[in-house]
Amino acid sequence: MKINLSVNGVAHQSDVEPRLLLVHYLRDVLALTGTHVGCETSLCGACTVMIDGQAVKSCTMFAVQADGAEVKTIEGFAQNGDLHPVQEGFWECHGLQCGYCTPGMIVTAAQLLDRNANPSREEICHGLDGNLCRCTGYQHIIEAVEYAAKKAAG
Amino acid sequence: MATKYVGQRVKRTEDPRLIKGLAHYVDDIRLPDTLHVCFVRSIYPHARINSIDTSAALAAPGVVAVYTGKDIAGKLGPVPCASALPDLKVPDFRALAGDKVLFVGHPIAAVVATDRYAARDAVDLVMVDYEDLPAVVDVEEAAKGGTVIHENFADNIAYKMTAGEGDIDASLGAADRVVKQRILHSRLAPIAMEPRGVLARYFPGEEELTVWSSTQIPHLLRTQLALMIGIPENKLRVITPEVGGGFGSKLNVYGEEALLGWISVQLGKPVKWIETRRENIQATIHGRGQVGYIEIGFKNDGTITGLRYNVFADLGAYHQLLTPAIPTLTGLMLSGAYKIPAIQINITACFTNKMATDAYRGAGRPEATYVVERAMDLVAAELGIDAAEVRRRNFPAANEFPFHTATGLDYDSGNYEAALDKAQQIIGYAKLREEQKKARDEGRLIGIGVSTYVEICALGPSAAMPAGGWESATVRIEPTGKVTVLTGASPHGQGQETSFAQIAADELGVDLKDVTVIHGDTGIVQYGIGTFGSRATAVGGTAVLIAIQKLKEKAQKIAAHMLQADASRLSFEGGRYSLPAASAAAVGSSDPVVPVGEAPAGALPEPETEGRTSLTIQEIALAAHIAKDIPPDTEPGLSATYFFEPKNFTFPFGTHIAVVEVDRDTGDIKFQRYVAVDDCGKVINPLLVDGQVHGGIVQSIGQALYEEVVYDEQGQLVTGTLMDYALPRASHIPNFELDRTETPSPVNPLGVKGVGEAGTIGATPAIVGAVVDALAPFGVKHLDMPIRPESVWKIINSSH
Repeated sequence: MKINLSVNGVAHQSDVEPRLLLVHYLRDVLALTGTHVGCETSLCGACTVMIDGQAVKSCTMFAVQADGAEVKTIEGFAQNGDLHPVQEGFWECHGLQCGYCTPGMIVTAAQLLDRNANPSREEICHGLDGNLCRCTGYQHIIEAVEYAAKKAAG
Repeated sequence: MATKYVGQRVKRTEDPRLIKGLAHYVDDIRLPDTLHVCFVRSIYPHARINSIDTSAALAAPGVVAVYTGKDIAGKLGPVPCASALPDLKVPDFRALAGDKVLFVGHPIAAVVATDRYAARDAVDLVMVDYEDLPAVVDVEEAAKGGTVIHENFADNIAYKMTAGEGDIDASLGAADRVVKQRILHSRLAPIAMEPRGVLARYFPGEEELTVWSSTQIPHLLRTQLALMIGIPENKLRVITPEVGGGFGSKLNVYGEEALLGWISVQLGKPVKWIETRRENIQATIHGRGQVGYIEIGFKNDGTITGLRYNVFADLGAYHQLLTPAIPTLTGLMLSGAYKIPAIQINITACFTNKMATDAYRGAGRPEATYVVERAMDLVAAELGIDAAEVRRRNFPAANEFPFHTATGLDYDSGNYEAALDKAQQIIGYAKLREEQKKARDEGRLIGIGVSTYVEICALGPSAAMPAGGWESATVRIEPTGKVTVLTGASPHGQGQETSFAQIAADELGVDLKDVTVIHGDTGIVQYGIGTFGSRATAVGGTAVLIAIQKLKEKAQKIAAHMLQADASRLSFEGGRYSLPAASAAAVGSSDPVVPVGEAPAGALPEPETEGRTSLTIQEIALAAHIAKDIPPDTEPGLSATYFFEPKNFTFPFGTHIAVVEVDRDTGDIKFQRYVAVDDCGKVINPLLVDGQVHGGIVQSIGQALYEEVVYDEQGQLVTGTLMDYALPRASHIPNFELDRTETPSPVNPLGVKGVGEAGTIGATPAIVGAVVDALAPFGVKHLDMPIRPESVWKIINSSH
């Protein structure tokens, strides 16, 4: 099937098998390997990407379902060499160790802040509940999101 | 050493590539013409394989080959076990099953196809004719007899072992009281967020095999793969690209790693296998898995007289690399933080129809700590003494170190009381107990749990390790002044690219950004042991430090030659060798800073020495490379390698205090406070240490409250996805309040002890202790993990 979509602002036209998962399209066809697969069942969130501004788990969505969509992956977060405030927060606050969950966490955290610029700790935890991290114990991730919120508020 | 970086909260140098999504894990490495492998795995826990029909799979589109156990017989060596225990039964474990399968997930066939979808499709076309056999599931039943899993053995007991010092019978006999408790350590799945993955590429012309694997031990893996595949070790290169977590699950040598290498040799093409999460829960090692019986004797004042632990260790169907050794580590640490005159462990280690257990973060030590700490709580409850107080009464004093335990260890250094004091002070212990009492009077269920743990780290002296316990480092200063550190440690999230650079930058007096730490490539890095057992900084970091000291001895000789001074007159500070101020004044010259690394490419300019009174170590490196004017009998270049052999383990310790509230209506458990005071000796980077502690505690929360690998009575795995295997999430955690005491280790010159496993070892008993304490009004003295709301609710509601 033919699909047209924009990924990180670049237009792509592809002919894909209907069953091709979006995450495999991004990784194997477009070579955007920053989006990871951690569970294949939409439970861990490592594969989270933005689709038309919504954080979505790309391991349980077909590429054809993204036809016509604007997709943003972790590779699209830093602009002109400047880190996104959430990326900066993760670096400043040691919000990552092995880094495998990090792209999905950053995408989810960015959406969380889009919806709520000044979240409480509880709201941050709730917002991150769909993303698993096995290394950090979450505390530094929560602090990273707090940092980003503060930074964005200036 | 000047400490510009060491001890500081330095941001990690590895982070930019990771937060931008530009790092490369195994599956991110793309080689042309790569074939993909998917496995047919047993759906039965125990069955005879009557036949395997691969014809339909072979005829499927894109399929290149299908291999079964018959194809590798006599060609690919067995999966190795490195534990050497007396009379240990070692079953023959092959990468693909022979005529029997012994656990759910046991690999039966490997399908190779042009892409992963085609390979996955063809897996369903492989027809396996199974004959179901009765499964051995319960470890205590396994010990009794009945079905024998390995036909070539008389029974299911892999080994039995008794260890410990002191007269245990006399000690228990001399006690005023003895308390007994059965205790369960559930099986856990390590669940590194990146599942395992292997990419293998064989060049038939060069006869060279490169294996990219998500492993914690690239060099040990290379040696083992060379033996298994039968390829010369110097023709085999193992590369660990970015590794997405390990927690011990990648401290192993798996059949799949060898098989992928072997298939690449057969086909002359790159082959890749990326483990699915379902496979990961079935066929990556599990942790824990013990059922034990505690007997603890004590005096009426709370003084412990003796501890006996009879334990049944559930090893699973086969041994992985260290499977049999894990329960022995439990035995070693049974003294905990206490003076216990007599200790005995009796291990009965059994085969069951399950995946192998092996090293999961803590590896036998969380079990020991849990046993001792639960025992201390039982003693406290029995005597009506406060849980913290009973611990305090049994501590060795700070001046009793090195402290010899009845398990045969010599604890290097410690001050257990100081850590307990600090934790109690932070949490306001006395007041907290008053508040708890008041809350209880109001019908609220508040619990306080205390754990004063000790762990054994920096594994370890080679004498105590199966294949070397040292670690290596090469440090070199390149002609352009950049510093390259090659470490045999293999970090996979711990941040040693940063912390080792901190050590190097301080010791060399150079800028942190001028140091690059390289690891995880056997083609580049000298032999190393790897990252596990909280060893990387204490052993590998020390190797870096001493390598630099060696390098500086040579640099000083060259500096003396260049400055035409006696080497003994030179001092080193701020990255430069200088003459004493007095003689510098006599020479009457200032030192121009020669920019190194900024000259145009071409012939390298020799450092100017005329009238100089000091030289930077980077200038000396350049001179050493150009080698036109270095002292006679001096090797050109400026690099040094050191293999550090530690004389002892290190013994970090600390106190964790958890406060929970149990919901009477739902049985739900919520944290109110969590204070952790850890002592990991000297700290290189506090930011990284905090991260290690947080992560460790949360894995403990998982073990205490959520996680359990469940096999049903027939041996079927019922927690096969993350839907059923519950991991802690962000909303499950308390706001951690961390602090430290600092008792340097005398075992290494850095004074570090290690911290990677502290949280996983120290926290579980504090959490369980808190829940048990909350339920004390119902007469609860012990609960087995994971403590689910359901069981709590039943306790609350059965006593009305």
